[in-house]
Amino acid sequence: MQASPKRDLTVGLFVMLGLAAIGYLSIQVGGVTYSGPGGLTIYATFDEVGGLKPRAPVAVAGVSVGQVKRIELDSDLRARVTLDLDPNLELSADTSASIRTSGLLGDQFVALEPGSEDEILRPGEEIAYTESALLLERLIGRFVHDSGVRTD
Amino acid sequence: MKTPTLQALGFRTVSLVGHLGCIVVFIGEVVTYAVRRPFRARRLVNEVFDVGVLSLAIVCLSGATVGAVLGLQGYNTLSRFGAEGSLGAVVGLSLVRELGPVLTALLVTGRAGSAMAAEIASMVTTQQLDGLRMMSINPVDFVVTPKALAMLIAMPMLNALFIVFALFGGYLVGVVLLGVDSGVYVASLEHAITFEDDVAGTLLKSGIFGALVGCIATYRGYISEPTSAGVSAATTGTVVTASVAVLLADYVITALWGV
Repeated sequence: MQASPKRDLTVGLFVMLGLAAIGYLSIQVGGVTYSGPGGLTIYATFDEVGGLKPRAPVAVAGVSVGQVKRIELDSDLRARVTLDLDPNLELSADTSASIRTSGLLGDQFVALEPGSEDEILRPGEEIAYTESALLLERLIGRFVHDSGVRTD
Repeated sequence: MKTPTLQALGFRTVSLVGHLGCIVVFIGEVVTYAVRRPFRARRLVNEVFDVGVLSLAIVCLSGATVGAVLGLQGYNTLSRFGAEGSLGAVVGLSLVRELGPVLTALLVTGRAGSAMAAEIASMVTTQQLDGLRMMSINPVDFVVTPKALAMLIAMPMLNALFIVFALFGGYLVGVVLLGVDSGVYVASLEHAITFEDDVAGTLLKSGIFGALVGCIATYRGYISEPTSAGVSAATTGTVVTASVAVLLADYVITALWGV
């Protein structure tokens, strides 16, 4: 088989098309959950993280500003969550963090609610006010238990 | 011959073990020639044309159809729970994790793998490989390696194209035909699929399938009997063996790495 510029061109086009498809799947569809700059590391300690997983989004007023980097158990058996946030974010020192669910059966994420203090959170600092994940099973259990007591 | 059954059994066992040895030596040779100079770029480009460009139409068409069917089936099931919003996730996850790599591998086996085996087998029949050997050119180097390598290169790309077209087909049916909100479809798709778990897995799978199909097709052609029946046996054998190997490998990869 001899050289054929037309065939080379189609093969080149095919390879480019293939790479474009791979790129589209990786970047657009597979997209890293948060594509903005990370770098601001903040910690938050919760009594209960429920189904929160690493790479879950962190949102302020519903806008994604970072992601959960690591979840580990600290020395007093509470869950210590490492948040990787946009470094330009200026969160007040009395910001509170809560674990919410998007929709009834959706994935869990960390919602941050800025407070009113002038001082801002520095990298590596800890969020003081946290609200644990709402466990639906526990809530239902408590409801059933309570109503059982009342009917006695 | 007093114990023909026993003899036949022994003969079969020995020849099976011999075959396995041959396969290992063959694959070893292919890998060696793939990484050693001279790189036969011209032949590789021609083979990528045969495997990739000529399979493009069937892969894209099948992709769009499969995606459209998935969209339809998924919608019918999900709408019972009022969960049409998850259509994108259902279509996307099943395509990226399973259907894309497996169906592409099966299509390419039928479209290009069989042709590859038939080509090599007819070269065996017409003693072209012997002719190459006489000129002290190793046929594994000159004929087999570019073909196997082309399969390895083209498979992930065809897989990605299959998935992209299938996502488009699913979008067409789900959004345009059935009226799922376009933003909801795309958001649930993009939210469900992650690069680390799903897209990397699909590329790994299709790469392994490409290597498998390439090696099986070229090996079946290479060891074929130098008769016209040998050519047809090599073609059929390639399609059967490669399809089974792809499905088995799919299970093993999913069990090992969970993709």
